[in-house]
Amino acid sequence: MKELIIISGKGGTGKTSLMAAFAYLAENKVLCDADVDAADLHLVTAPDILEKHDFQGGNTAIINKDKCTECGLCIDLCKWEAISETFEVNSIECEGCGVCVYFCPEKAIDFPLNTCGEWYISDTRFGPLVHARLGIAEENSGRLVSLVRNEAKKLAEEKGLDLILTDGPPGIGCPVIASIGGADAVLVVTEPSVSGKHDMQRVVQLANHFKVPAFLCVNKFDLNKDITDEIEKFAKEKGLTCLGYIPFDQIFTKAMVQGQTIFEYDSDSATGQAIRKIWGSLLTHLRADMSA
Amino acid sequence: MIISIASGKGGTGKTTVATNLAMAIGSDVQLLDCDVEEPNSHLFINPVFEKTITVTTPVPEVDEKKCNLCGKCDEICQFKAIIVIADITVMTFPELCHSCGGCEMVCPENAIKETNRELGIIQKGYRNGIEFVHGKLRVGEAMSPPLIVKVRSFTKPDKFTIIDAPPGTSCPVIASMKNTDFILLVTEPTPFGLHDLKLAVGAVKMLNIPCGLVINRSDVGDNKVKDFAKKENVPVLLEIPFDRNIAEAYSRGDAIVEKLPGFKETFLTLYNDIRKIVS
Repeated sequence: MKELIIISGKGGTGKTSLMAAFAYLAENKVLCDADVDAADLHLVTAPDILEKHDFQGGNTAIINKDKCTECGLCIDLCKWEAISETFEVNSIECEGCGVCVYFCPEKAIDFPLNTCGEWYISDTRFGPLVHARLGIAEENSGRLVSLVRNEAKKLAEEKGLDLILTDGPPGIGCPVIASIGGADAVLVVTEPSVSGKHDMQRVVQLANHFKVPAFLCVNKFDLNKDITDEIEKFAKEKGLTCLGYIPFDQIFTKAMVQGQTIFEYDSDSATGQAIRKIWGSLLTHLRADMSA
Repeated sequence: MIISIASGKGGTGKTTVATNLAMAIGSDVQLLDCDVEEPNSHLFINPVFEKTITVTTPVPEVDEKKCNLCGKCDEICQFKAIIVIADITVMTFPELCHSCGGCEMVCPENAIKETNRELGIIQKGYRNGIEFVHGKLRVGEAMSPPLIVKVRSFTKPDKFTIIDAPPGTSCPVIASMKNTDFILLVTEPTPFGLHDLKLAVGAVKMLNIPCGLVINRSDVGDNKVKDFAKKENVPVLLEIPFDRNIAEAYSRGDAIVEKLPGFKETFLTLYNDIRKIVS
């Protein structure tokens, strides 16, 4: 079984649109949306939710006013300044470290587990999808990412599917680290802009740091051909395979508005051909790696 | 006055709005790039950096000579960053540590002292009348909120401070939006843009901060973003139609207020509208 994660560093380079196009092309796969903070894949895949589960991650301190003697120790100990002068815990500020709970001389602080999101197993016209929703302003996105990846793996094993295609989050922090650790490969989707290139370089560095093989593709390549050349040069220097180039095309937006992949919107666009080529080449690389 | 520029979805134009707003105002303005995972504002501002600071966070180090493996540190740590294997050894996992200080406080043998883990760097510089600060998370570091808090500590109350926030709605975004006077949301009128805008508006309402909306590439997609803004009483302060010249200027790192006619006035109007809403 192979697990491929699509990431980008910079947001808005086309990760999810490309992921949806791959979902259309790929066979025998489980889809997974690891961008739990702002998941969008369901807007194209229109899942029928088969299973829904609460995600519990971390605890929050709650002061029991009946027992509290207002000694103030918790306020002094809290590194997050989450406890007010009136002994209310601000749940957004509370890190869930439990220091106040442990040291309260009156045992007046409760520490319940948070339900901070939901995760789902769904059926889509492209096959099974594991996805999630982290509550607004919640923490523990990394743990929820690890959970959906594990569930996708279990599902692939149960159903005898040999590929997991995962839409990753933007950035290089906690949820991205949780998304790529131990994966077979990442596909970095970049764009030829000063920021697209800058962010791609950082996310490639991250993949190297965690020893995950990285492939590259350039979306909107004709927006700035000089920077596309610079990206190509960077890829060569770093020994990265650039799998292909996708033109700057409004078809992605048009398809998205219809809730379609670009192949469903137009079965033989030039952009679609470019994506077929990237997908074919990616499969060849994954298979070569598989037999090695 | 402090305003934060946020979006939910990535790539909608936060950095374009933040940098062009700062350049249009031009003096007595600070730009703090709090998208520390992927900071981009400097590519458009081109500041002359005059100071670089390494930011660290305290993590535990155990003096094994003093430690008697009582296990109290393991018991208090909620993040599995310090583990005691009964009668055998104690191990620390600094990358998991949230720096609460619990282990050090609870240790009866005084066997734990602080050492540091590098979170990243902060750079400060200037371009004309713009004071610029950004954070750069160390590649491999998972926790960005403490670095964001540090970037924000450079806020000067007598200036107009613009924060460029990261995408999403989880902890790094909240760290970039809380305790500000106004949040400017930037979106695009597409299903992805709308979906993530709803999450962002949810976060703004939770923080109870006034907000307004910029609709970028306003003539692509559909009308649902505008319908939503109306329903939620979020004022649309600026619409920027799709223009390949803007996309190309952006790709080169050019400021549209400098390269394309009329935009300086557009961004100054936006600035005045925000000031009116806040006062």
